[in-house]
Amino acid sequence: MQILFKTRYEDDIGFLVKTGEKVRVGMVLAFLFAAPLFLQTYYLSELSLLLVYAIAGIGLMILTGYTGQVSFGHAAFLGIGAYCHAILISHGVPFTVSVVATMILCGLVGMALGRSASKMHGFYLAIATLAFLILVETLLGEWVSMTNGYAGFAVPGMKILGASLGKAWQQYYVNLFFILLVIVGAANLFRSPTGRAFLAVRDSELSARSLGVNVEWVKIQSFGVSAAITGLAGVLLAHQLSYLSPEVFGVLESLKLMLMIVVGGLGSILGAVFGAILISVLPIVISFLKDVLPPAVGQQPGLEPLLFGVIIVLFIVLEPLGIYGRWMKIRYFFETFPYYRKSSFVRQKSYLKTERLR
Amino acid sequence: MSAPQTLSVRNLSIMFGGVHAVEDVSFDVNPGEVLAIIGPNGAGKSTIFNLISRLYEPSNGSIRYGDADLLALSPHQIVATGIARTFQNIELFEQTTVLQNLLIGRHRHMSANVFTNFAFLPGVRKSELEHRRKVEDIIDLLEIAQYRDERIADLSYGARKNVELARALCAEPSLLLLDEPASGLNTEETDDVGFWLEDIKHDLGVTLVMIEHDMNLVGQVADRVLAINEGKVLACGTPDEIRDNKAVQAAYLGVSQ
Repeated sequence: MQILFKTRYEDDIGFLVKTGEKVRVGMVLAFLFAAPLFLQTYYLSELSLLLVYAIAGIGLMILTGYTGQVSFGHAAFLGIGAYCHAILISHGVPFTVSVVATMILCGLVGMALGRSASKMHGFYLAIATLAFLILVETLLGEWVSMTNGYAGFAVPGMKILGASLGKAWQQYYVNLFFILLVIVGAANLFRSPTGRAFLAVRDSELSARSLGVNVEWVKIQSFGVSAAITGLAGVLLAHQLSYLSPEVFGVLESLKLMLMIVVGGLGSILGAVFGAILISVLPIVISFLKDVLPPAVGQQPGLEPLLFGVIIVLFIVLEPLGIYGRWMKIRYFFETFPYYRKSSFVRQKSYLKTERLR
Repeated sequence: MSAPQTLSVRNLSIMFGGVHAVEDVSFDVNPGEVLAIIGPNGAGKSTIFNLISRLYEPSNGSIRYGDADLLALSPHQIVATGIARTFQNIELFEQTTVLQNLLIGRHRHMSANVFTNFAFLPGVRKSELEHRRKVEDIIDLLEIAQYRDERIADLSYGARKNVELARALCAEPSLLLLDEPASGLNTEETDDVGFWLEDIKHDLGVTLVMIEHDMNLVGQVADRVLAINEGKVLACGTPDEIRDNKAVQAAYLGVSQ
């Protein structure tokens, strides 16, 4: 176990201060950068897609995991991002300009949603975001002159600064660049006043308010940041799918995002990434199982959603902190070996809260 | 730290349905003094605090702090006038560390710009370090250094009380509203609170208003006592005067046979 002897305040705000963290992150980065060298195209594009979902997951994590605002409408931002970008570049707008414009648009739409959502809590917020999603999905389907409706919209190939980046490995590196940017940015946010205000609103709006946090504005900001990042994921998803259709961005996609961050572990950036890994790897494992299992079981229709559901239920029952929680325990076990006890992570029940003013 | 000013509450009233929770209450808190508010449960003590911090809308009356008309402000603007508070049922940010809680306490002194924060520009880093240094002063004062990196959810009740006081102090208030600072603490911890309140008053020059049931603590720290019953002011005076006041004895302290 490494005990840090902190001598400067910088030690507390730095990233990756422990040697173990540096080694682990270094290894993951080395793998990610080298992946196109040894992965087949199929697995590489799966990995690409994973990165896109991880970005979307981080977007939703900022809102739900860090600000405590539930949203079942995040697929809408994925959709707005994908369509806006596809339409812009098909009109000849350069990639970089289009990405920025799309993120700004998504951010503004997110802020508008946040403005109306900032007075809502719990179920009402969930229903409102769901309604927003249905609205956007319908809009994407019915605004035929812009989106070509349910017939679908072909996304032009990726071209950055004149260079055509259509190959799988090229798109992969673009995605990698953006996810690193988003991870560092999100981590920055949560070591600075803005992110702390998000946490404050999540844990107690009452005392956040009395300490000078403008709760409504924080929620609007959080919606904006979250929507902009999810919109960025939408941009990358558009290139990944290369053909857009409104029903892709429906309720199921929203649930998938929500499930990702819950199973991954709410309240950590790593959790969003873990969640993305899970939902990307699970279908591959299930399709592998299909071949291994006897045909009577393996070929049953509905096996895939069933297994998917069972695994998620098991997670929620057995590890409410999500994959991130499990990871923390494993890490703690090795770091403090042989002192780890099961009770190390048993939390006391929180004190009874009465007279809470919402 | 902004200079302490006079808090003046005039004819303050609020009704919940047909209940007059606070009725026609007027009092002043002079700069640098410690005012204790006492009274039986349900007398309206916490409601007065919630009115001052604008969590409730009064049906009548005015609250001014120096030149500022508090009723014209939103709840999140109150701390900018120099008024910070603690809550009766500890309202900390439970899933974050003590250090993060204290840094949020400094929120009123920070500029939270999403874009510069996202990029963590050198200016943001510099201001983070400055605020951290100020937070450390409070950590020293209240002797909570050993909890610095603990999550609130892992702390004991007594430690939470201290952290909440520390967080309010991090806002560098000139007036501090303490809602039962010693409730749930043992004798030793209550003595500590007494010393800290003296320190806060003398070293930091903060005006204190506290709701407290522990009459020993009140006698030790308070300059004046305001006794409230059923939403109305019963009496106001020095601790000794209040102890001898017949009406207060009947309503709250109890009459010796």
